[in-house]
Amino acid sequence: MATEPEPDPPAAPRADDLAVYVHWPFCRSKCPYCDFNSHVGGAVDHDRWARALRAELDHFAALARRRRVTSIFFGGGTPSLMAPATLGAVIERIADRWSLSADAEITLEANPTSSEAGRLVAYRDAGVNRVSLGVQALDDAALVLLGRGHDGAEAIRAVATARALFDRVSIDLIYGRPDQTVAGWRAELERAVALTGDHLSAYQLTIEKGTPFFTAHRDGELTIPDDATAAALYDVTQSVLDDAGLPAYEISNHARPGGECRHNIATWSYRDYVGLGPGAHGRLTLDGRIIGFEQRRQPESWLAAVEATGHATRRADIIDDNRRVTEMLMMGLRMRTGVERAAFERRCRRRLEDAVAPDRLERLIAGELLALDGERLRATAAGLRVLDSVLGVLLA
Amino acid sequence: MTDIGRIRNFSIIAHIDHGKSTLADRLIQMCGGLTEREMKAQVLDTMELERERGITIKAQAVRLTYRADDGETYVLNLIDTPGHVDFSYEVSRSLAACEGSLLVVDASQGVEAQTLANAYLAIEADHEIVPVLNKIDLAAAEPGRIRGQIEDVIGLDASDALEISAKTGLGMHGVLEALVTRLPPPEGDADAPLKALLVDSWYDPYLGVMILVRVHDGVLAKGMKIRFMGAGTSHQVERVGVFTPKGMPVETLGPGEVGFLTAAIKTVADTRVGDTIAEDRRPPGEVLPGFKPSVPVVFCGLYPSDSADYEHLRDSLAKLRLNDSSFQFEPETSAALGLGFRCGFLGLLHLEIIQERLEREFDLDLVTTAPSVIYEVHLTNGETWELHNPADLPDPVRITGIEEPWIRATIMVPDQYLGAVLELCIARRGRQIDLTYVGDRAMVVYRLPLNEVVFDFYDRLKSASRGYASFDYELDGHEAGDLVKVSMLVNGEPVDSLAFIAHRDKAESRGRGLCERLKHLIPRQLFKIAIQAAIGAKIIARETVSALRKDVTAKCYGGDVTRKRKLLEKQKAGKKRMRQVGNVEIPQEAFLAALKIDAG
Repeated sequence: MATEPEPDPPAAPRADDLAVYVHWPFCRSKCPYCDFNSHVGGAVDHDRWARALRAELDHFAALARRRRVTSIFFGGGTPSLMAPATLGAVIERIADRWSLSADAEITLEANPTSSEAGRLVAYRDAGVNRVSLGVQALDDAALVLLGRGHDGAEAIRAVATARALFDRVSIDLIYGRPDQTVAGWRAELERAVALTGDHLSAYQLTIEKGTPFFTAHRDGELTIPDDATAAALYDVTQSVLDDAGLPAYEISNHARPGGECRHNIATWSYRDYVGLGPGAHGRLTLDGRIIGFEQRRQPESWLAAVEATGHATRRADIIDDNRRVTEMLMMGLRMRTGVERAAFERRCRRRLEDAVAPDRLERLIAGELLALDGERLRATAAGLRVLDSVLGVLLA
Repeated sequence: MTDIGRIRNFSIIAHIDHGKSTLADRLIQMCGGLTEREMKAQVLDTMELERERGITIKAQAVRLTYRADDGETYVLNLIDTPGHVDFSYEVSRSLAACEGSLLVVDASQGVEAQTLANAYLAIEADHEIVPVLNKIDLAAAEPGRIRGQIEDVIGLDASDALEISAKTGLGMHGVLEALVTRLPPPEGDADAPLKALLVDSWYDPYLGVMILVRVHDGVLAKGMKIRFMGAGTSHQVERVGVFTPKGMPVETLGPGEVGFLTAAIKTVADTRVGDTIAEDRRPPGEVLPGFKPSVPVVFCGLYPSDSADYEHLRDSLAKLRLNDSSFQFEPETSAALGLGFRCGFLGLLHLEIIQERLEREFDLDLVTTAPSVIYEVHLTNGETWELHNPADLPDPVRITGIEEPWIRATIMVPDQYLGAVLELCIARRGRQIDLTYVGDRAMVVYRLPLNEVVFDFYDRLKSASRGYASFDYELDGHEAGDLVKVSMLVNGEPVDSLAFIAHRDKAESRGRGLCERLKHLIPRQLFKIAIQAAIGAKIIARETVSALRKDVTAKCYGGDVTRKRKLLEKQKAGKKRMRQVGNVEIPQEAFLAALKIDAG
């Protein structure tokens, strides 16, 4: 295999860096493929939610003091249904309880509908400097199948609005849809490249348990591309986006150089992050121990817990060294740059070579699925597309 | 002690499902010597006892008391026989302890292969045989035609065959009277030195080793010091008793009587079936002829799915062997399957029974390798090896010849399926010995290599005849054959437990068949996998499992980590059931595939 260019590692992080994820669990409607923690219906008391989010934030700020917040990510659900004031209040509180770095990346996930596009100005004024639009497809028939509330033209207008307001705009696409051809996907992707800003996420459709798509798939009413087609769709995604100057920096995430989502890089790199809101996860290093946090999932239950006790943590587990190894490799190898040896050995308190079975590591390297040098362990292009199996072998 | 003139010892012989057990139950019910209510309670007790102990007490022998029409009370000893072809050796052992047999034939199905085989064993044992037509109550019963079959096929006089329904009780009185009037009483001298046959032995967790005996001469008494003439060991008799069917202590057993003894013997291996039991201080002038030991003819490897269960498997095999000395096991190591045992069985059914008992009673999850037979391998240095495991076959340059065991198979089949059955026999290298007709059914006698029968022959025979063919066989010597070892290679590495021996003409198609099956059973992995069949260095078949094209989770953010990690752990647990050969993971089902390759 030809040697791949070694991508530049991201800017050196600091030990007190912190990323903050805020989960807004409400959606206007539930998409039939989505198994995320999202809820539809009922009036939301925005003031109450704003108070609760700030309360939970205060709780974590008391646990992890004196941190520098480098990124905030509003995800969901549909966080573009949040009142801009709520979002602004959370950002302000973060700056107040911790410090907010001058170049902090503040991302909002948004649906590309006209009503939400109309609120983008307000979000920008509240402090958001990056938006990620859930376009999912440009083909109207596909958008209907995916149960989205917008059509292609509306999405294109929303992206244009966003690009006029923000320097950093990303769009999400879903591929591997029923009846999708390689040629059709290539054309759609080329249109999307012309549309997006510095970032594009392309997710292969996954049939998740508990979704309408799962039932339809099980009953034979929904067929998704077979293994060979899925592989071809993945390959064409890589080549179109490479050619467009948006190479993959993670399995499903592509960016122009410098356009990578710093928030997600922090979580994949196993750095500390706080998760606020229903079902949010977080991971904090406290007194040398790494603790994994998990908040209550049900919005009402989360709200009640926060109002009663100041937080809605359902579980807080000490992550032992073995679990650190598994999680760090699982997440880190998804990135083109892989796992940084120094960070790994510091976090897992052992040499990389001692953390995995040496014969398996060797076999995966010899098979050109992994590459190891003095500084990093990373998956090759061939390794990335079968990463789950690679991890299965490496961590067996 | 019973008057010898009023003892009748008998067995019931039949083809499977012709009603042997129902008849036995009915006889026990009629002759319990107890009220019906007590009888029921007693039978239940026995069953509960069996359940409590968790083992099947072999219903070896039952002593029945019958007041006959002549006004006399008779003791009828029913000695049970196993019902399958694999156990014909045990059948003859039971027959040796009696003077007569009830030959049960289903009045609509007629004479089947095992009817014939068992009838011949009874004739060999010099039995008085009473033919019994069972299931006479069914609409399809044709007693006249079946009578003719018994005369034509077996050569027995069936003019006074009994017509009964063991299920409804019809004609049962006639059966009891026939036992009394048509079977001869045993012969023996109560004053002569003790001479008793060790018919069988088994382990009872409470009483230790129990020995089923048939007294020929003399008297066996509690407290007596006895000697096993063949083994040369002496023991003090602790208990003497009879089964009614529950064990009942008695003081003595006289000539012609059948019962049990215990003598503080620790393992079944200390008792030799067929041995002569004598009084220690007064041995008889001559001993009973005894039996040849039963010899395993089919071998396979048994491996625990989880290597942590190796000890458990070993203990379980040892426990089963306490009650079944006819199967053997010895430790074996396979590169692909790890530590396990090479086990020898009387036949394929015996193999299945043991395997099933290990899985059910001992909760073991097993990998079974393809069954093999014993080959006699003649080496250039003049030695002869008995080969139990194909993987152990020496280098061909050291071999001057290989002999394989043959069988003489008797197949009874309705006319319309004869063609398919003959085709199967020919495809399995069979040689026709005889072909005769009994009405619309054919009786085919073939010589077949046993090696060809252990490969799914029963299944094939069943499908070729839609289940109507019956089959029985006996071993019939060894013959030299043009046999080769076929090795199966995965990415160039031989998988020892998949190697097999086949006739040269069959080797290629069988090797190709196994390659194809493996291709479908081995899931795609990170690297492509070459599956090859080879004779020596020559590759005779090849298949490729292509590498995985794509296998990666699309989305993995903070909250997905836990779920993804659990998924990975689940995969890991699943991999425990996979076998590692080189860098290839082979599922257990792949090893079973070798059992099912088309040998036809």
